[in-house]
Amino acid sequence: MNFVYHVEGGDFTNAGSTSSQVKRMLKKIGVSPEIVKKTVVALYEAEVNIVAHAYRGDITVDLEEDHIKIVLDDEGPGIPDIDRAMQKGYSTASQKVREMGFGAGMGLPNIKNNSDSLNITSEVGKGTRIELINYFQ
Amino acid sequence: MAEDFHHALKFKYDLCIGCSHCTGVCPTSAIHVEDGHPVLDPNRCVDCGRCYVACPMNAIYIEQDDFQTVYDYQYPVLLVPSIFLAQFEEKIRERTILSALLHLGFKYVYEVEKSVDFLKEYLRRDMEGGQAPCEKPVISSFCPAIVRLIQVKFPVLVDNIYLSKAPFDMTAEYIKKSLLEQGVKEEDIGIFYVSPCAAKIAAIKSPVGEEKSPVSGVINMNYLYSKVMRVIKTGEYQMCDESVRFHRLSKASITYPLTGGETKMLRTGRNLAIDDIHNVSEFLEKVEDEDIQDIDFLELRACDGSCCGGILTAENRFLMIERQRKRMQKCSEEVDAEDNDLLNYFDYLADKRHVGTVEPRSMDKMDDNVAVAMQKMKRAFEINQNLPQVDCHLCGYPSCKALADAVVNDKAQIQQCIFVQRAMEHYDLLTPKEAHDISAKVWGSKKTDPSIAKNLNL
Repeated sequence: MNFVYHVEGGDFTNAGSTSSQVKRMLKKIGVSPEIVKKTVVALYEAEVNIVAHAYRGDITVDLEEDHIKIVLDDEGPGIPDIDRAMQKGYSTASQKVREMGFGAGMGLPNIKNNSDSLNITSEVGKGTRIELINYFQ
Repeated sequence: MAEDFHHALKFKYDLCIGCSHCTGVCPTSAIHVEDGHPVLDPNRCVDCGRCYVACPMNAIYIEQDDFQTVYDYQYPVLLVPSIFLAQFEEKIRERTILSALLHLGFKYVYEVEKSVDFLKEYLRRDMEGGQAPCEKPVISSFCPAIVRLIQVKFPVLVDNIYLSKAPFDMTAEYIKKSLLEQGVKEEDIGIFYVSPCAAKIAAIKSPVGEEKSPVSGVINMNYLYSKVMRVIKTGEYQMCDESVRFHRLSKASITYPLTGGETKMLRTGRNLAIDDIHNVSEFLEKVEDEDIQDIDFLELRACDGSCCGGILTAENRFLMIERQRKRMQKCSEEVDAEDNDLLNYFDYLADKRHVGTVEPRSMDKMDDNVAVAMQKMKRAFEINQNLPQVDCHLCGYPSCKALADAVVNDKAQIQQCIFVQRAMEHYDLLTPKEAHDISAKVWGSKKTDPSIAKNLNL
């Protein structure tokens, strides 16, 4: 089963609605609570990244019997150095942003910790593509 | 599949007029209408009692044990929530109520909140120490309707449930222990809990995560209120001695059954108290979505006004809350072991305070087989897209979505939707007679009797 959700950059009011809908589907097909939780954490983080940093994005969800594949494609500033961004605590956020409690550099590591397979590609000035897969068993 | 939940809510079909008001208010969509009467899905119902409140015919009742069983025991003990007293007008004094209760045959009367100071100590140790007792936000297990709601609707959050027994359980353990120490035989002790709601009754009859409750029987709060009022009004009781009184309780104990009763015990952290099951559902949805983070402790209660809003209370909840607060102001912060003997049993109770794990039992799962569940979900989605989204209940289900789910599970037919019926009649796919018969199956023959047209002179 395939679903496509559109995410608008800057729309914090609705941030997280895709992960909420995906959560409902996973509950319906009887995926175990641990895997539901893990998927929600990863997707929520990635979804909010689009809202916070990109102009817009599409989230394509491919639900199969034994796994879920989620592709988040955004038009945005892109990530210059993915390897560094994957390191815990690495953040490009300014001091001002950090003082407010954001930009702790845990976003991408958190997505990684909660997905079985993760692939990130990015082009600076164009956008980022995150592909994650979680298996149900 | 685990054993079905025990439910304290039952329908009286002879009184039910099949109005379906219960269907619409259920927070877990557990009720649908068949043949003019509500049908309860036992795996969805959490015994919150919203349907009981909504029923205009009093056709829903809450089961209770036969009061006569009180007299089967040599030592019948009444375990009564402090809010029981808040039902009575100020002019009826505590000693009068106590005298009436003793007159009814109870040997001892204890307030449930006697164990609150004990539980407070452990809650503080668990929450204010370094290590949280379970996943955060830690969710209180005090309200049994909430525990069941999490099991069926928010299975992702079962690991967040604080596995501590409720005050009534701990006080019952204490009563039993202290009577045994006095040489009373176990079979002579009968502990009767007075319940303000259906959920507590269901929790005693089939405890979640517990083997067996020390409580021997349950009495509904409104039933006992009436019995006490009768005794008081007829004056047939003996006023008890000055020395016989309710035990002194601390401020925290009296506050406990009110909203905020648990969170107020905590001195550090982000702790939130939410009452009313619909508010709780809304909030838990967000917690499950990871939308709400960094909360330490959640006190969640199914009734508006917490236990004062329990469906079996006899007085208006706002008045009860006011009286409870007034009583609280007269209490001292701390009560010592001299006033509250239970505190002498700290170590004994500490061993008994935990409950076993709470298992998820998702109501949303469409099938045990993932592949089949996916097909069903897909089909239900397609069906639902063609339904009017009016949620009119006329198909017998609480929402269009619920009908779509029932159709894919072969529990209902799509023609039950009156919009679908009209569309089918338009294309001669259904005769008016067939459409009528389908509705009659849902609403019963009485409501759909064609003679209605004659009676209305149409």
